[in-house]
Amino acid sequence: MSETERVSFQLNGSSCTVSVEPRQTVADLLRAQRLSATPVGCDQGICGSCTVLLDDEPVRACLLFAPQLQGRSLRTVESLAKGGTLHLLQQAFDEEDAVQCGFCTPGFLMLAAAALEHDPLIEDDALDALMTSNLCRCTGYGAIRRAVKKAAKRHRRTV
Amino acid sequence: MRHLGRALTRLESGPLLTGRSRFVSAISLPDQLAMRVIRSPYAHARLTHIGLEAARALPGVKAVWTADDIGDIGPIGYRVDAGDELAAHRQPVLARSVTRYVGEPIAVVIAETAAITEDAAELVEIGAELLDVALESSKSRAPTAAPTVAATVEKGFGDVERAFLAADLVVELDLSVARQAAMPMEPRGLAARWDGARDILEVYGTAKLPHLERDMLARLLGRPASRIFLYAGHVGGSFGARGEIFPEDVLVCLAALRFGRPVGWVEDRREHMIATTHARGQRHVARVAAKDDGRILAFDVGFQIDQGAYLRPDGLTIAETTAAMLPGPYKLAAYRAHGEVLLTNKTPAGPCRGAGRFEANFVCERLVDAVADRLNIDPIDVRAANLIAPESMPAPRHMTLNDQPLIYDSGNYGALLDKVSDAWSLTALERRLEGRRAKGERVGLGLSIVVEPTGGGGGDGARISVDEAGTVEVVTGAADLGQGPETAIAQIVADILAVPYTDVRVVHGRTDGIGFGQGAYGARVTVMTGTAAQQAAEKVREKALSAAAAMIGVSVDRLMLDEGEVRATEHPEAPGLPLGAVARALRPERAGALGEAFVPTDTAGLSAEAWVTLDGPTFSYAIHAAVVAVDEETGVATVERYLVAADVGNAVNPKLIESQLAGGAAHGIGGALYEEFQFGDTGDPVTLTLSDYIVPGADQIPDVEVIVTDDAPSPLTPLGIKGCGTLGTTGAGAAIAAAIDAALDFPGAVTTLPATPPRLRALLRGVD
Repeated sequence: MSETERVSFQLNGSSCTVSVEPRQTVADLLRAQRLSATPVGCDQGICGSCTVLLDDEPVRACLLFAPQLQGRSLRTVESLAKGGTLHLLQQAFDEEDAVQCGFCTPGFLMLAAAALEHDPLIEDDALDALMTSNLCRCTGYGAIRRAVKKAAKRHRRTV
Repeated sequence: MRHLGRALTRLESGPLLTGRSRFVSAISLPDQLAMRVIRSPYAHARLTHIGLEAARALPGVKAVWTADDIGDIGPIGYRVDAGDELAAHRQPVLARSVTRYVGEPIAVVIAETAAITEDAAELVEIGAELLDVALESSKSRAPTAAPTVAATVEKGFGDVERAFLAADLVVELDLSVARQAAMPMEPRGLAARWDGARDILEVYGTAKLPHLERDMLARLLGRPASRIFLYAGHVGGSFGARGEIFPEDVLVCLAALRFGRPVGWVEDRREHMIATTHARGQRHVARVAAKDDGRILAFDVGFQIDQGAYLRPDGLTIAETTAAMLPGPYKLAAYRAHGEVLLTNKTPAGPCRGAGRFEANFVCERLVDAVADRLNIDPIDVRAANLIAPESMPAPRHMTLNDQPLIYDSGNYGALLDKVSDAWSLTALERRLEGRRAKGERVGLGLSIVVEPTGGGGGDGARISVDEAGTVEVVTGAADLGQGPETAIAQIVADILAVPYTDVRVVHGRTDGIGFGQGAYGARVTVMTGTAAQQAAEKVREKALSAAAAMIGVSVDRLMLDEGEVRATEHPEAPGLPLGAVARALRPERAGALGEAFVPTDTAGLSAEAWVTLDGPTFSYAIHAAVVAVDEETGVATVERYLVAADVGNAVNPKLIESQLAGGAAHGIGGALYEEFQFGDTGDPVTLTLSDYIVPGADQIPDVEVIVTDDAPSPLTPLGIKGCGTLGTTGAGAAIAAAIDAALDFPGAVTTLPATPPRLRALLRGVD
């Protein structure tokens, strides 16, 4: 058992202050906040299913402790669609059939979303390389690569 | 709009893309307790002492139980018919005095939070006296203690001795596939709640076989099945890992019943590695008899399955399937298989994508490649010469599978071989690869042919009803593991009822919605539940037309369904009667007003039910082709190109089929090159994380090329549907092994899967 401490941060654009145990991970915290779409596949930072954005950088929510959020900004897959309109990546994942069981999907979406925000002109090769950071057991990756590249192409046109 | 045969987007994807998913770890019921299992750290030991006092004294701990605390619940039985002689090999829910593998549950903690259960688990003391450890016998290890043979399986046909006497060529191979696993991305978990007001046990997070699990839990818990409701949420992949009752499932339910509070449990990945079923782990000594002209006469195969400590609820299914499906697409005069299921001190083994077939196909195709090499005939020509001809279909194999006669329903394997040959311009490709090899590259092409049973038997049904808004509900006993059943079934129903597939809501994975169901095993959902849905939808259409005829006062044969309305065949443009209005007229309190012109059915409202039984499975088939390069220095094999060409009869949604095949191929490539559980000589597992167990990543899997053909629709299903299932996985081991042989210019080089860098480096040393 351990003492709790208060941590204040931005959660999907809104201010949030919560009491956490120091050993609580960000993945645990999200679940406690009823944001349950960030799945934990391995708890060891390997599979990447729990990828979220910390100050716009992709991180593994299972390896980050909740107190580390103090003063920072956290974004999860729940924030991607705006006002009922799917994010370009979500749209492309649907069109390219890049979702089967959907467990790894939030991680891949957040990983790619950060890349497109950082560099709207990111090359296809760089996206292919980026997709090696997370694991998927259903799709064989081809559909995910096609979806991410399709979204990147559409994103480039908007820049 | 037609739906059948079109690559429509998935109905399932919305919630999964936008964060509205409901995986088991997201289930949080009010007042939910957490559970953690304390597992054996020893592969084989007599338990002398389990110290629970400190754990029980920890604040927040509700209970710590050992076998003595759970009464006579268990052991976990079989969901298939298994003889009495297998009763001794069932797994206890908690080990009582002897523990038989690292990871075996020996105690369980229930506490207010998951964190407290973890703290408490660390306080449990286990005293044990170590016993001798039985491990598999392999090419690299002699057993320390002899494994027990739990069961044997025999199958075959024809006179094998005579075939071998008549042979010009006999080759014997020793072929192994390592222990691997389904390894879905989501770990296993379950939540249960006892609703005391109704005396119902509600179980959330079930997967794959809801009704069969309900029945097994009813037997284990001593409750009527009608007082247990199972609900599936989203399921993060199965591939064989889920849907068979595990000790944890029983413990979660028992705790929920005893405390009258919800109890949730989710394993961590390390637990998954040691406690969720392993798979494969088969060794085969196989002989082939052939004539000089390349005609194959017979196979004679002895094999052993490294089963682990106990048999799982699927009994001997994998041994049976290995033996029955090993001859693949080839006509043989004689065949004999003798399989032994060995009990070892390892995690129990069970199904995994392509269970028994991945291994059998590896053996079969290695034998065929050996014949091609020894007789110096092109491997494709040897295959073509021995395929069962389309004229021989349906082709009895003179064996049984799951107590049904094994009869291939349809297939034109030669036509698919030609299509693969054209698609990849195989002759030109071989020339290019020869050129690269001449320049010192180690690169080669390999091929395999797979036949798979899909669906079959009975027990799957669908109940369809249309509401007054015209929305169609299809209630099934199927299950969703990520394969797209809502989409496929909606497409089938949408065409028959002339509504958009988005207006068809498919219900699955709820045992309170329908009395029976076989879930999603053996590639059966589209074949079985899809066919039941088709038949129920046809009844609904008939009923709608008949009621509308009575309402309008015309004869039925002048009416049809179009765009969600009943319309006059002669005036399709004229406004029709919406299906919702027909549904309203058919409400039981109104239906009498339809008069004598309407003949009522035995279901109320605009609804109907159908159940399907097939005489046997449908048999889909595929050809795998791989180009693999091997790095001389590191021994790393890289799959440069991969093709799966599959015939699944009439494809309901070709896009879903392509996706499933491509994903299956990735799993197969993993099994061929990377995935392996290793154990020390003490039976300690050394593969404990996803860094040790290599699920291939995006850089290890090329964009898999897929061809979907429909040359051989099934005569067993009205729509000609066959299952896709694991066709994408099954042929990968054999195709990649052949490609590596070619790359190394060393026929028969690959005898063990996965062909990891250390194994390939050893082969390369042999070459040089």
